[in-house]
Amino acid sequence: MSANVAARWTTQTRRFEKNAATREPAWVKAALMTVALLFFGLFLLLPLATVFAEALRKGWQVYFAALAEPDARSAMVLTLLVAAIAVPLNLIFGLAAAWAIAKFDFRGKQLLTTLIDLPFSVSPVIAGLIYVLIFGAQGWFGPWLIENDIKMIFAVPGLVLATVFVTFPFVARELIPLMQAQGREEEEAAIVLGASGWKTFWYVTLPNIKWGLIYGVVLCNARAMGEFGAVSVVSGHIRGRTNTLPLHVEILYNEYQFAAAFAVASLLALLALLTLIIKSFVEWQGRQSMHTSQNISEVIQ
Amino acid sequence: MSIRVQNIVKRFGAFVALDNVTLDFPSGELVGLLGPSGCGKTTLLRIIAGLEAPDSGQVFLDNHDASTADARERQVGFVFQHYALFRHMTVFDNVAFGLRVKPRRQRPGADEIRRRVQELLSLVQLDCLADRYPAQLSGGQRQRIALARALAVEPRVLLLDEPFGALDAKVRKELRRWLRQLHNALHITSIFVTHDQEEALEVSDRVVLMNRGRVEQMGAPDQVYEHPATPFVYGFLGAVNLFHGRINGYQLQVGEENLPLAENGFQSGTEALGFVRPHELDIDTDLASRAGIEARVERVLALGAMARIELTGAMGETTCHYEVELPRERAAVLKLSAGQIVRLKPARIRLFASDSQSAEQVPYLPVEHMVGGYGENI
Amino acid sequence: MKSPRVLPGFPLALGYTLVYLALIVLIPLSAVFLKSATLSGEQFWTIISAPRVVSSYRISFGISLLAAAINTVFGLIFAWVLVRYRFPGRRIVDALVDLPFALPTAVAGIALTALYAGNGWLGQWLQLLGIKVAFTPLGILVALTFIGLPFVVRTVQPVLEDLDIELEEAAASLGADRWQTFLQVILPVLSPALLTGFALAFARAVGEYGSVIFIAGNVPLVSEITPLLIITKLEQYDYVGATAIAVVMLVFSFTLLFLINGLQIWTHRRHGRITG
Repeated sequence: MSANVAARWTTQTRRFEKNAATREPAWVKAALMTVALLFFGLFLLLPLATVFAEALRKGWQVYFAALAEPDARSAMVLTLLVAAIAVPLNLIFGLAAAWAIAKFDFRGKQLLTTLIDLPFSVSPVIAGLIYVLIFGAQGWFGPWLIENDIKMIFAVPGLVLATVFVTFPFVARELIPLMQAQGREEEEAAIVLGASGWKTFWYVTLPNIKWGLIYGVVLCNARAMGEFGAVSVVSGHIRGRTNTLPLHVEILYNEYQFAAAFAVASLLALLALLTLIIKSFVEWQGRQSMHTSQNISEVIQ
Repeated sequence: MSIRVQNIVKRFGAFVALDNVTLDFPSGELVGLLGPSGCGKTTLLRIIAGLEAPDSGQVFLDNHDASTADARERQVGFVFQHYALFRHMTVFDNVAFGLRVKPRRQRPGADEIRRRVQELLSLVQLDCLADRYPAQLSGGQRQRIALARALAVEPRVLLLDEPFGALDAKVRKELRRWLRQLHNALHITSIFVTHDQEEALEVSDRVVLMNRGRVEQMGAPDQVYEHPATPFVYGFLGAVNLFHGRINGYQLQVGEENLPLAENGFQSGTEALGFVRPHELDIDTDLASRAGIEARVERVLALGAMARIELTGAMGETTCHYEVELPRERAAVLKLSAGQIVRLKPARIRLFASDSQSAEQVPYLPVEHMVGGYGENI
Repeated sequence: MKSPRVLPGFPLALGYTLVYLALIVLIPLSAVFLKSATLSGEQFWTIISAPRVVSSYRISFGISLLAAAINTVFGLIFAWVLVRYRFPGRRIVDALVDLPFALPTAVAGIALTALYAGNGWLGQWLQLLGIKVAFTPLGILVALTFIGLPFVVRTVQPVLEDLDIELEEAAASLGADRWQTFLQVILPVLSPALLTGFALAFARAVGEYGSVIFIAGNVPLVSEITPLLIITKLEQYDYVGATAIAVVMLVFSFTLLFLINGLQIWTHRRHGRITG
């Protein structure tokens, strides 16, 4: 399937290259390619390679020792736990928000869409700060939390909240335009045919948005596991207790345990690569179905 | 099952889509809702289906007030303009959908569903395409699948929104005939929306003409074509020539000239619009005659059995365009050529007071319909 | 008269959306403004105009602006090459453009630092030229350019892909050379996307923390960014100080967000598509 699309992509490009009207002189093309690939190498490839090179600088033994260390292990568990709570929460929110915004008309829709994007424009540091202001010792609920012996800040709930905040828009922002583009007709058809609301959602809406959904979840997860600034503010850096993997990297780095820091970092880099692989796969799938629906509209017209 | 809509009003913001519409759709008939885009016909269809709620008014299905009923409860088959086929399901699954989502108690067994779907697919003559996806079908095939899907739940009423609007001319014609046959076989009360007059007149038992959220006329196709109730209907159905003038006894005074009238319900001095179909106009080359109106031949088109003559006339400052349809032999006798001055003589004039509200919009319609409309197909 | 909606679930979906939005985002964010409201105008001004704070604005905003500008130029070239030229590995290059989105910022930070430090792969050569990158403002620029790169590429790329080849053919048939076609036909179509990408990269860079602090050196008045200053104040339990600076940043980013949104709506109205 995706080979098809890749072929189409190549064909499109070839069209530009063959056509004298849309072709640049060879030296311009060479210059542009050089600049782009140089930029690519300097800013993307080299940093990525550095992570793995530094991680393995002292050999595989040191590498695995750094990963097997108890603090590293508990950081992994905590990272997984935080993502396992934050991602589903934002997934449900994304579905609800996209359903309301894409399938219905109401006042203030544009404002709501903008507000959902708000966390993207807030510095991660501020994302942490706001929860400190609410739940910290001097915060709104601080005294009450201390009285009842509930720990939010410098504890897991704080990490989860900060993570939910910074990953808040990911799923919604993928789904809203997708569902808007698909319109309401298919759902209306299902309703007229007698399907209940849940059945309509499950059998008609969900299959149509599945790639967008996976895309949003994958990006949301990558950010949830990799978030640094926000969790750094609320974590308190208690080793083995409130350190996620990125925070663990920072501690090791600041203690000059570079090989160990990069070993843990390489784990996160692998996660990033995996994310990119899934992401490009999903994109090709998405393009495929987009082309299919374009074919539909071509036939219709 | 009969359908009745009563005093339906629907506004979208300041725009009045339906302005107090009351209509009866008799049981078992195929009715065409015809009108220009934006006249409210699709909105009316969606209100009957329960896909849109009216601001006021009621919908009766089989004499029961269904106004508050959910779209699911109305047992209405709806065919969407762009079909709304579920693109991730095969043709078979699309048609089976309505059966599969029934509550467990009413749901037929898997075998029964298979049998019913096969039956429907052969009814729409597409049994061989059951495993295809909508994207792999042609427009006409999609249309028929959408119809099969709507019929699967055994609806009491079938509603079709611009069923042929998205198809090319040839397929459209075939499907039109096919729909008529299907309706003859099933006799299910059906309403379809169209902006194509030819389609409406050819397929329906009855035509409803709508304009600006109001019903202009309802009747059998030949009746509305032969006896248009309003200037709008006159202009919308087929080509028409307009004569703007003043009533003077049994004459319509147009500029300096007079056209004789056979009947006249208007007082002398009334401003009036005279409507004449192209085939109701004759051409006289004898300029000595004082009958009729002077015009200049612009173009003569002899296609098939009929010849179409396009003319212009001066009406004070403005130039008027006329169209005349003559049997080919008659045109040959006249030996018309471009630039020639002739006189136009109407055989029949239909009069409307020119201050009537809908008359104002008519002058914009005729020329458009002369070109691509009913005329060339008759 | 009650008008029933055809599709179900609207009250539930919208209700849930609003409650969740309020609990996670709106109420916590309002805490920043409420907290800062405990300050008098004069106190607030004193905090946000202290020399160290003002110098951090200059560094954060100034370098972010520069990084976004670099990204706009190179992002355009990058997108152009990806859409218009065939070369081996194009799909991999295309996929890796998003690396800065996917790579945790702390990892990016230490990787860039190792790369540009005096003994790093690039740092050692740059040192020979007398250029120091790591632990200087130049390091901040490198980090912010890294994290902002995908924004411009990803906003420009789809517009470039959708650009009708006939536009360019028409320009050529009217006698325009390639450069004139680019300047007068292609660039105007791309410019809303470029502007959006620039604004997104800029907004992201201003708030960035993780990738910067490792490479910046964090010398007050020289290479200290505003988010770091907030953290520093927090670590000194100066919540009020941290909040006041946060207000300045928030007001700035909200303004930028609404500008970007307005830009996209405007583009959408004008060209019938969203470039974002």
